[in-house]
Amino acid sequence: MAAALGALTLILNRRLALLRAAAAEPRTGDWGARLKRLLVIGFGQSRQPRYLVAGLVHVVLFAGFMLLSLRSMSLIAEPFWPGISNIGEPYTFIRHMAAALVLVGCAIAAWRRVVVRPARYHDRHATVSHTKEAVAILSLISFLMIADAAFDFGGSEGVRKVAFWAHNSALLFFLCLLPYGKHFHVITALPNVFFSSLKLSGVVKPPSYSESDFDALETVGVSKLEDFTWKQLLDVYSCVDCGRCSDHCPAYASKSPLSPRMLNIKTRDAAFEHYPIKGEITPPEKRADLVGEVITPDELWSCTTCGACQEACPVTIEYLDRIVDMRRFLVDDGNLPATLQKPMAALEKRGNPYGKMARKRGDTGVRVLKEGDACDTLFFTDSCAAFDPRVQETAIAFGEILAQAGVDAGTLGKDEVDSGHEARRFGEEGLFLTLREQNLEAMDKREFTQIVTTDPHALNALKNDYELEQPVLHHSQYLAKLLSEGKLPLQPLGDNRRYTFHDPCYLGRHNNEYAAPRDVLNAIPGIETVEMERSRNRSFCCGAGSLNLFHETECERRMGELRLDMVAESGADVVVTACPFCLSNLEDAAKTTGRENEIEIIDLAELVQRSLGKTKQPEKE
Amino acid sequence: MDIYVCIKRVADTSEVDIEIDRTGLALTEDDFSYDINEWDNFAVEAALQLKEEHGGKVTALTVGIEDDEEVLRRALAMGCDEALHLSDPCFEGSDAWGIAQILSAALKGKPLDLLLFGTVSADEGAGQTGGFVAGLLDLPMVSLATSLKVNGSIATVSHEVEGGLERVRELDLPAVVTVQTGINEPRYVSIRGIRKVSGIEIPVSGVGDLGLDPNQVGASGARVKLEELFLPPQGQSAQMLEGSDDEIIDKLLDLLQENGGL
Ligand code: SF4
Ligand code: SF4
Repeated sequence: MAAALGALTLILNRRLALLRAAAAEPRTGDWGARLKRLLVIGFGQSRQPRYLVAGLVHVVLFAGFMLLSLRSMSLIAEPFWPGISNIGEPYTFIRHMAAALVLVGCAIAAWRRVVVRPARYHDRHATVSHTKEAVAILSLISFLMIADAAFDFGGSEGVRKVAFWAHNSALLFFLCLLPYGKHFHVITALPNVFFSSLKLSGVVKPPSYSESDFDALETVGVSKLEDFTWKQLLDVYSCVDCGRCSDHCPAYASKSPLSPRMLNIKTRDAAFEHYPIKGEITPPEKRADLVGEVITPDELWSCTTCGACQEACPVTIEYLDRIVDMRRFLVDDGNLPATLQKPMAALEKRGNPYGKMARKRGDTGVRVLKEGDACDTLFFTDSCAAFDPRVQETAIAFGEILAQAGVDAGTLGKDEVDSGHEARRFGEEGLFLTLREQNLEAMDKREFTQIVTTDPHALNALKNDYELEQPVLHHSQYLAKLLSEGKLPLQPLGDNRRYTFHDPCYLGRHNNEYAAPRDVLNAIPGIETVEMERSRNRSFCCGAGSLNLFHETECERRMGELRLDMVAESGADVVVTACPFCLSNLEDAAKTTGRENEIEIIDLAELVQRSLGKTKQPEKE
Repeated sequence: MDIYVCIKRVADTSEVDIEIDRTGLALTEDDFSYDINEWDNFAVEAALQLKEEHGGKVTALTVGIEDDEEVLRRALAMGCDEALHLSDPCFEGSDAWGIAQILSAALKGKPLDLLLFGTVSADEGAGQTGGFVAGLLDLPMVSLATSLKVNGSIATVSHEVEGGLERVRELDLPAVVTVQTGINEPRYVSIRGIRKVSGIEIPVSGVGDLGLDPNQVGASGARVKLEELFLPPQGQSAQMLEGSDDEIIDKLLDLLQENGGL
């Protein structure tokens, strides 16, 4: 028995070797918040019920494990301390119930694995199925339960003895087996939840935690296992292979080359191969390139950074930082698709991805602040509203609302350059830093007390990446504020159409704002709203914007089209959104799916303007 | 392998309202942004790929004013080992022949295996320089290369010929090859990459260093003179086709056929 425990320690130590070789990442402090996450998401299993049957089965297995752990430990201690395993009532009763429930849970889980075979267990890109592994572990757990029962109820001393040893060997075998596969999560998941990020998911990690000067870095991004941070690798170890991430991933749904789950599986396979439990560590130059070969650039460029995967993960595995880190390496290595090189160069030379001249920025009707000017609210439009005529309409609408509400607003005019939000998320950190500097310089020369933007990406960049003194608001939040101050006399729209709100990823999931746009929407007298099944933190990305518009990855059906199918399913006639790219992508999808006359796409600002009676409601066809 | 790549900085005229300045011989440059000539970018990448395969050294050269150094820096950031800036006030106004004189003076006597050019430059569009330099250095040359491989002292080059045909030729090195776009996928140069090479001193050679006669080059030595620059008059031939999608397609096909577009 001691040998088995020793083996487990050795195995775990080998698994930790990679974590020790990994990059630094501070994940300490805020212990209270960490403990809360551990209790709610870890012990409380709060993310499980999103998938009802599987979730409940897991909750039962997990609770059973917790309840039975005392018993298991006492059984291990029994030879050293006879009688200790007899804990007495009511524990005996509880554990019998728990064991019975775990057995039932195992049966249901095995049945689902073998007979029901939900699609999410069988990844389109997977080369090996984990069904056998799952069934083997389930059998082992069932065996444990039966051996335990035999120990209690076995009539003769002989049976009890056999059951005792069978139980203990199986348990130790089970523990030693865990670090070899997806059931490693039994050991790593709780620590993983405890050390999970407490930041808003819109915040991207810096290229390095140990060197803050970007230009001084020797290498940038992640190209091999050891370049990940220890937490990123703990994430990879903890993956249950449940497929919830890919089930929520718009890139997977559109049948692009990306399946987020496979990023974990492939990284973990590489980790287990090159940091084996027995034998030598493979030196990096003798491995297949992790980024470039094992994980292909096409996979990485297919991600819209929508964050649905990490929101869905029951064990809080984080994806965005890892994807961005791998992209950082690709960019630094010159491995950027030709389609993205043009807009990147345009961002560098002209400050916007379209390569347009600054003086050709569209007029939003809002006063342009000259250097030295002051205003109350700075309206940051970002590139899309400045150069895309359709999106410009939304900025004009918002500008008119501001004027009507008597807000003292101003813009940076042609001194504003792209927020750099997407440049950073596509891994071009240097370009992001340059753009940020230009904007900060322009802002420095003007006075204002707050910033508002109609683009959630700009919101995310200004709020989370720019480190500004002034608060940054999204226009939905600004409108909600005007509403509460009684400055938006909204009128009935006078139609009987149904409205639904499409949550932009960078407003909702990444910045936790679900209420403000809905408050504004529902304040319109007589409006009828419906929610899509995939709404709020489960919202489905429209296909994303900015640089994503230049780089279309191969897919079977575009994300925007899939989203419009969901709109149609909800029975809504109008999709209200609050992001320039959602607007463009969904409008395009309406055209390509022939729903132009059935479903209207509109920005929240435009809807408010309509409800203020400034523009006419179109006739329903 | 010693590879030399001749590159040029050109104006990006997309998204700009093109205007001709008062002399009538040049464009108003206020709104231009500049970058490496697209073809030359492919040539640099081709050189770097050969270096990665066979080892050796890649040197980038350009003829131009101080600001043109920017493209040399970019080439260094891409992975070129050295850069050489050929710059002198009296180079200004050179025609392709003049530029070729300057380049060949700089290259003469260098241990050169392969000399690469972009096929044409986006601003002049003449496609002469590579050919002139090959002549001046007495080297074999293939233009419009769409693939380029080196084996020992032989380069195998495919190039486009009329009718969409591709011809494969073998050349004894040293040789000159002018490169077509699409021959490879040029790597990206990140801002960080450029910053990393910002401290490198790039040597500059002028007319004296190259042993050239100032009258041979520049405006005075130019044999081709620009007479006039004008914007093409706007045509009035836009035509809207009407009908269902199928009808429009049929009409379009007819029109294309009638006018020799197919
Ligand atoms: S961020 Fe969105 S697109 Fe990217 S892997 Fe996650 S779910 Fe897929
Ligand atoms: S990352 Fe999370 S959601 Fe995805 S398969 Fe792993 S455990 Fe499941």
